[in-house]
Amino acid sequence: MSTTTETSLLAAQLPSRFSFVRSRDFPLIPLLILGIIAFVAVFADLLAPHDPQVGSLAARFHPPFWLAGGSTDYLLGTDQLGRDVLSRLIFGARVSMVVGFTAVIFAGVVGTTLGIISGYLGGWVDQVIMRVVDAWLALPALSFAIFLAAIVGPSEMNIVIILGLVFWTRYARIVRGEVLSLKEREFVRLAIVAGCSKWTIMRRHILPNVVNSAIVLASLMLGVVIIAEASLSFLGVGVPPPKPAWGVMLSDGKQGLMVGYWWLTVFPGCCIMLMVLSSNLLGDWLRVKLDPQLRQL
Amino acid sequence: MSNSIHSFASSEGKRPVAAISNRPLLELRNLSTNYISARGRRVVRAVDDVTLTINAGETLGIVGESGSGKSTLALTILRVLPPAAHIVGGQMMFEGEDLVQKSDAEMRRVRGKRIAMILQDPMASLNPLFTVGDQVAEPIRVHEGASRATAWRRAIGLLKAVRIASPETRVRQHPHEMSGGMRQRIVGAIAMSCEPRLLIADEPTTSLDLTIQAQYLNLLRELQREHGLALIFITHNLGIVAKMCDQLAVMYAGRVVESGPVSRIFNAPAHPYTEALLNSIPRMGDNRERLTAIEGQPPNLASLPPGCAFAPRCPVAFDRCRAEAPPAMDLGAGRTARCWLAVPAAAEAGLQDGAV
Amino acid sequence: MAVMEAVGLTKLFPGRRGFFGGGGGTVRAVDGVSFAIEGGQTLGVVGESGCGKTTTARLVLGLEKPTGGAIRFEGCDLQTLDAAGRRHYRKSVQAVFQDPYASLSPRMRISAIIAEPLVTNESPSAEELSRRVRQLLDLVGLPAHAADLFPHEFSGGQRQRIAIARALSLSPRLVVLDEPVSALDVSIRAQILNLLRDLQAELGLSYLFIAHDLAAVAHMSHTIVVMYLGKIVETGEAQELSRAPKHPYTQALFSAALPSHPDERRDEIILSGEVPSPLNPPSGCRFHPRCPRAMPVCGVEEPTLRDVEGHLVACHLYDMGAGGRGLGET
Repeated sequence: MSTTTETSLLAAQLPSRFSFVRSRDFPLIPLLILGIIAFVAVFADLLAPHDPQVGSLAARFHPPFWLAGGSTDYLLGTDQLGRDVLSRLIFGARVSMVVGFTAVIFAGVVGTTLGIISGYLGGWVDQVIMRVVDAWLALPALSFAIFLAAIVGPSEMNIVIILGLVFWTRYARIVRGEVLSLKEREFVRLAIVAGCSKWTIMRRHILPNVVNSAIVLASLMLGVVIIAEASLSFLGVGVPPPKPAWGVMLSDGKQGLMVGYWWLTVFPGCCIMLMVLSSNLLGDWLRVKLDPQLRQL
Repeated sequence: MSNSIHSFASSEGKRPVAAISNRPLLELRNLSTNYISARGRRVVRAVDDVTLTINAGETLGIVGESGSGKSTLALTILRVLPPAAHIVGGQMMFEGEDLVQKSDAEMRRVRGKRIAMILQDPMASLNPLFTVGDQVAEPIRVHEGASRATAWRRAIGLLKAVRIASPETRVRQHPHEMSGGMRQRIVGAIAMSCEPRLLIADEPTTSLDLTIQAQYLNLLRELQREHGLALIFITHNLGIVAKMCDQLAVMYAGRVVESGPVSRIFNAPAHPYTEALLNSIPRMGDNRERLTAIEGQPPNLASLPPGCAFAPRCPVAFDRCRAEAPPAMDLGAGRTARCWLAVPAAAEAGLQDGAV
Repeated sequence: MAVMEAVGLTKLFPGRRGFFGGGGGTVRAVDGVSFAIEGGQTLGVVGESGCGKTTTARLVLGLEKPTGGAIRFEGCDLQTLDAAGRRHYRKSVQAVFQDPYASLSPRMRISAIIAEPLVTNESPSAEELSRRVRQLLDLVGLPAHAADLFPHEFSGGQRQRIAIARALSLSPRLVVLDEPVSALDVSIRAQILNLLRDLQAELGLSYLFIAHDLAAVAHMSHTIVVMYLGKIVETGEAQELSRAPKHPYTQALFSAALPSHPDERRDEIILSGEVPSPLNPPSGCRFHPRCPRAMPVCGVEEPTLRDVEGHLVACHLYDMGAGGRGLGET
């Protein structure tokens, strides 16, 4: 008992609230990468040298500028329709960011709400929600998403809803588990004694205490969602074609791979990888930082 | 097991029969352990200049609040400190050897064999996946290289020694099949398995019920008497000290503020903290309307006042206490106190006759 | 008049079933327990784990519904109360729990924590609210600026003061104190016990005090109830009961309490064995397998509470003609 308090005494004495930035495990590089991608997504219109959707057929299959035949006009080359790859990547960042974040938030709100209700109310409500979650999780995520996409048709909005519907179950499970232990805590009991209604308790006592877990999960889910979006786009049921999503670029470029037009696939592939890796690293760090188990609440 | 009612005078019950050699079993000299933060900018003195001795067959109680450093002291003696904690000074003479100087490999041969430890939570001290027999036998196999069969035979004997009924069937069971009291006995059996010379018990009965606690304390006392064991009891409970211990050390903010024979301290505490602590506990059968409370909050080790750490809460503190920390003063008769108001033995010539 | 009365209070829990659904059964957590808490007085409940004292507290707080028996508050049976009556009960019975670290919502400011019961049950103006919070903080000995801080900025003793302030915000008549000091540092306990006694004298509160520290219970209580495996084995005036317990279990329990001085001499009764599972309690007197004075009748017939020299004791030793008279004098 006293050893933990003694060590936590140490932790409690850290100088300022921003000192964690200087700590050894702070994920500076992942944050920088995500920051750059976000910056590029926001200012895509200013940064992109060409229109991403319109090319000139005269300029088809230009290689990147450092290769023979390349020009500084098209820094990363052009695709089969003569569109500038760099511009498409820049606008693709916007698609990935918008779809990724909205879908993660959408799934998070749905899943957290249902998880809290399920865990706190218990009984048949819990049974129903959890059986739905079980059934949901039994469906292979990607096939399920393709199935939904095939029904509602491709559009950016639809992709967000589909990904949200596919991934909310993970939040629901984790949040429910947390709620189960929270509701046995004494402050929840005292709230009951004080006469608070169930909804008040869920909103005021339970929700603030599961938000951290939901944020951690969200950062880890970001990578999964971006890959799912890219996969859907690659399969042609994601973001509809003229829009430059990274997944669409991969798909369009795959024939070119065999005849040496490698830049059509390698660059969007790298972008996806960097973004997923960064969000995973950030998620791992957040987990240590925010996990109530590791950081005494 | 039969029910028994037996009376005893508690002072008789505590005197060990084992011979007391003139060299103490464990002697801590000016021992200090600090928690040092990753870049060394923050230093917390969890154990600060502690000097204590314990003789074979004796029971020493170390009393303190959370954050007083009593548990860190126990971890220091066993050298099982968390990574941030470092022994920064002093000596630990155990049977003539300094434990501070020993290598990690040498310490492994001391731990579990010559010094054993019992922790507060028996469930956390036992591995749920192994049978009780395996866990009791493990130290015997590690330290004495005994075969599995021999070690198991010894384990059955040990379970019998900690008064567990039908040990032959119990050895094959897992910890979850037993009650809290029984688990704590198993932990005791593990600690006793290599016949240690010194047993450190860190709050061993806090998770136990009253009647089970009484059983367990009696068991520890019997084991101590049979094996001439030295016991260090780390506790916040003065009742346990009154019942079990010969010697007492009171810790406050990492320092031993008072030490000496238990009954002398209980009868005439020399440090205001000890006195306040003794007065603040409710006693059976006294009709005080109010308890004498100690005002203020427990000290924060990370920001201690410059002088005596207890000064902000002390009813008799004066200017010197707030400016200068008192040293450990020898009060004679084996007593020390860190208080400017305590009268050192040297000042009372004639009372001191060197007998400890 | 008694503020609260429990009459034959019973709570059964379905036992945990085995892997294949077999082996169910019922745990009689609280079994036919009756007691009364007088206005401005403290009822202490002692007993070891599994004795039902925590379940009793939860029944009184309305966190569990009794399986049988009744709780009467100010003379009215809780079961028959209408919505307004239940609201009044909710406001009149509050609680302070053991762990001050777990009983304060970590993400709420102290002002919000203390004010929550008020906001939920009444609709005071913002001004009125902050005045009440300041007043309550003052009542428990905390400075007014504490209202703007978060729980983690306080030590254990201060947090317990906050928990007490919150419990008092609705001016309750009865406060359930479930181990209110056992998680605190020894040097802080006396502060909190004194505070609780002062508040009782000042506000005329009744307490239901649950603790395993017998000396603290004896110090705080007017009446003590001793429970064993869901049943009351003995109840009586606190000083009298702790000085001369009658039931063999009470005697063993009080003799197991730690001495307050090393020179204290007393008879020690060491009980063998441990508390049996409440899923399958012994027949007859539930204490008989561990009782040093058990007689053949104890395993067969369940003793009822009867008056023995001012205490109520459930033990066959005090049956007429059973010849167990001498026990009281140990």
